[in-house]
Formats: sequence, structure tokens, C-alpha cells
Amino acid sequence: MNLSILLSEPYRKITRDALWDNNVVFTQNLALCPLLAVTGTATNALGMGIATTFVMVCSNGLVSLARHLIPSEIRIPIFVLLIAALVTLVDLFLNAWLHELHKVLGLFIPLIVTNCVILGRAEAYASKQAVMPSLWDGLMMGTGFTLAMVALGAIREISSAGTLFANASVLLGESFRFLEITLLPNYQGFLLTALPPGGFIALGFLVAAKRIIDQRINAREKTVSAAPNLSQEPGEVTS
Amino acid sequence: MNPEPVKESTLNTAEKEIKVVLIAIREKLAIWLEPDNLARLRPQLQYQTYILAGFALAASILLGFADLATKNAIQLRLEEDLKSKLEEVIPAELYDNNLLAETVTLPSAEANLGSKQTIVYLAKMADKVNAVSFKFVAPDGYAGPINLVMGLDKNGEILGVRVISHTETPGLGDKIEIKKSPWILSFNGKSLDNVTYEEWTVKKDGGIFDQFSGATITPRKVVLAIKRGLEFYQVHRSELLNPVKSEDKI
Repeated sequence: MNLSILLSEPYRKITRDALWDNNVVFTQNLALCPLLAVTGTATNALGMGIATTFVMVCSNGLVSLARHLIPSEIRIPIFVLLIAALVTLVDLFLNAWLHELHKVLGLFIPLIVTNCVILGRAEAYASKQAVMPSLWDGLMMGTGFTLAMVALGAIREISSAGTLFANASVLLGESFRFLEITLLPNYQGFLLTALPPGGFIALGFLVAAKRIIDQRINAREKTVSAAPNLSQEPGEVTS
Repeated sequence: MNPEPVKESTLNTAEKEIKVVLIAIREKLAIWLEPDNLARLRPQLQYQTYILAGFALAASILLGFADLATKNAIQLRLEEDLKSKLEEVIPAELYDNNLLAETVTLPSAEANLGSKQTIVYLAKMADKVNAVSFKFVAPDGYAGPINLVMGLDKNGEILGVRVISHTETPGLGDKIEIKKSPWILSFNGKSLDNVTYEEWTVKKDGGIFDQFSGATITPRKVVLAIKRGLEFYQVHRSELLNPVKSEDKI
């Protein structure tokens, strides 16, 4: 398959949308339940992000494949059915063959079913688009979700335990032990950020930070568009 | 007449017939899958019923096969989990048998160990019970039940205790985990004989076991649950050490 189409303008727009402009967490403010449940540590956030991304790619692909078969009147039950089946598959396979990871994420995998983003992308995107863009949209939306979760997980883990990516070797294998960093040795921990309210507070700060950056970019775009010969620059800054 | 070529030719015609049918089916499916045809079908109630049933059927079949494919592997993983938990609380030099194979199931409804029956795993050396191990629950933890596993030597002295799972407050109550704090090791070597009945609680209540700053309830409940576990062993000690019926047969 020719992968260079992924660099073409429609695909670049999907990527930019999913990772920044229309990020699941920071802009759409969706999927906050799994977000706050697993972002106690960066490693859990990463594992949950990967599992969610996998389910989202599969569900987007399947929904897009079957989009002509599915009548709009019963599309929601069919989407839910597909997503629930996929999540159950992931749960079974992880339990059987990646048992260590399953022990870490076990409780949260069934939560993926309730992740409104997956249903949201199936409904808003995959049910109307061809298979390839849908798969790419799933992958990128999932990646955007993962990045947001890891960012929040890292902030919460550092402030609550003084470590970063603790137990990453359990999730990714021994070769990723180098990720495990103790930033603040003998740190007693700031309990608030480990608890759900702390998660909400940290998320609030992250969303605010994203808004500020967007405002800055917009302001610069306005001044730049007054001087048309420099109009390429802001696009590069955004991506 | 030689029967062979006749057979072959019938086979060939049968094969050809199947091929023809397959091609016909494929052509019909292609026509049926035309977007225009599907657009005509989609609003029909009958079609909607069938398609929903079709998706449900496909999903069920898929999950059925996935369950078949993973069942044994998951069972094996769970056994390995249990085995490694038991090995943590009973030192390897104390037994030479398969811990999972030799068990005794005892009624424990009155012992307040969280379940009506408790499976006791027997650690034997040269066919004599040397230590026992069982899972139990502190049903009244701060945020929910705390699942524990404990190993005892034959005299009722603690070889090791571990928390299997809990929902206590992160950063406070979770110091009962060996990963977070060595607190749980303070039970090693303790028994109902070398610690008095009144001392089997946290320091705040006049006992000998530490509580955590900011969390008293969690360690208190764990200590009391371990005490109940020891009492449970004391009650059943003789029948565990001399499993009469099974030994007699051998």
C-alpha cells in the first residue's frame, strides 16, 4: 500500500484535528470517565490509551466497511454491539496472552465500552467515510487521546509519587525499563493529585493551557495574515 | 468397464456444479451489495430486523470462538497467579508437593473471613503437612473488602501475609501493599502464642502493630482480619495437620 497518501492534505487535516485542534480530551472534553480513572500513573494511562486506540481503529474500520448495510434507524445498537464485542475480544486476548498488562489494566478495559469517543467517532466519522480515512481517523483520535492521558498521568504521577512511568517494564517489556524514572527520591507525595478531584484540577489546568496556546496562535495568525508573504509560518507552528 | 474414470467424471461434474453455484451466489451478492440496492432495502423494517439479528449473530459467534481459544490460557494464567501468591507466603524449602493439588475445603461462615468456605492449601514435606496457606478477606476495609493471603507454619506462626487486592485510598491506605511499604512484613513470625490477645491490634488501640499516619482504619482492619485467620487455623489445626480420611486410604 502506498503510505504517502497519509501525507496528503485530507489525511494531514485528520491528523492535525485529532492530535490538537479537535483533541478528544482537551477540545471535545469527551471520555473523561476513563481518563480520570486510569491517569494515576503515566504507565496506566499509556496502556489504557493503546487499548482504546486499538478498539477505535477496529471499530472505525468495521463501521466504515458496513456503513452501506446499516440503516440509520438502528445504527446505534449495531455500533454498540460492534464496540462491545471488540472490547470483549481485547479483554479476553489480553487476559490470556498479556496477563501482566491485564492485571494492571484489568478493571479499566471493560470501561472502554463506555468510552463515548469510540461511539462518537463511529457515528460522526466512520459511518460516513471510506475505510482508509476512517482507520486513520481512529488511529489518530486514539493517539490524541493517548497523548492527553499520558500528559495528565505524568503530571499526576510526578506530583503524587515523584516517579514517572513506574512499572513501564510490566506494560511494555523489559527493554523499556529505562523509561522508569524517579524524579523526586524520598518524596512523601501530594495525595490530592492521586485522587479523582486532583485529576479534575490537573485536567482543568491542561485545558486552560491549551486554550491559551490556541489564543496566542490565533492572535499571531491575524497579525501574520495582515502580512500575506509570511502566511506559511503559523501552520507549521500548529502542527 | 473401469469404474475409476466414471467416478472421476462425476466428481468433476460435481465440482463444476459447485463452482457454478458459487459464481452465481457471488454475482447475486455483488448485485445485492450495490449501494443503490442497499439504499432501497435500508428503510424496510424486515431488512432492519434481519441485519440487526445478523450483526448480533456474527458477534456472538466471534465471541464464542474467542472464548474457546482463550479459556485454557486464562485458566492457566489464573492458576499461575495463585501459585505465585502462595509461593510468596510459604518459603520453598518447607514443601515438596504441588500446592494447588492438595487442598482441604473448610466451612468458615462463623470465622468472618469473607466467605462461607475457605480452601486451605497444604504445603507438605515428605507427605507430612508442614505449613498451610489460605486466602481470606477483611470485609470491612475503609473503602471496601481487602483480599489477603496468608501462610502459616504448623505451629500457627505467620510465615507471610500479602494483600491480593484492595480499594483503599492511594497514598494512605495502600501502604498495606508490599510494593508501597514493608509494613505487611511486620507480621512475619507472629502468632497467637507470642503476641497476646489484647496486643493483636494497632498501636492506637493498645496493640503492637503500626498504623499509618492519616490512615488508621485500613491497618486496624487488616490486623483484625489476620487475627481472625489465626483463630480459624487454631480451630481447624488438628484436622489440617492430620487429614485422617485421605491419609488412611494411601
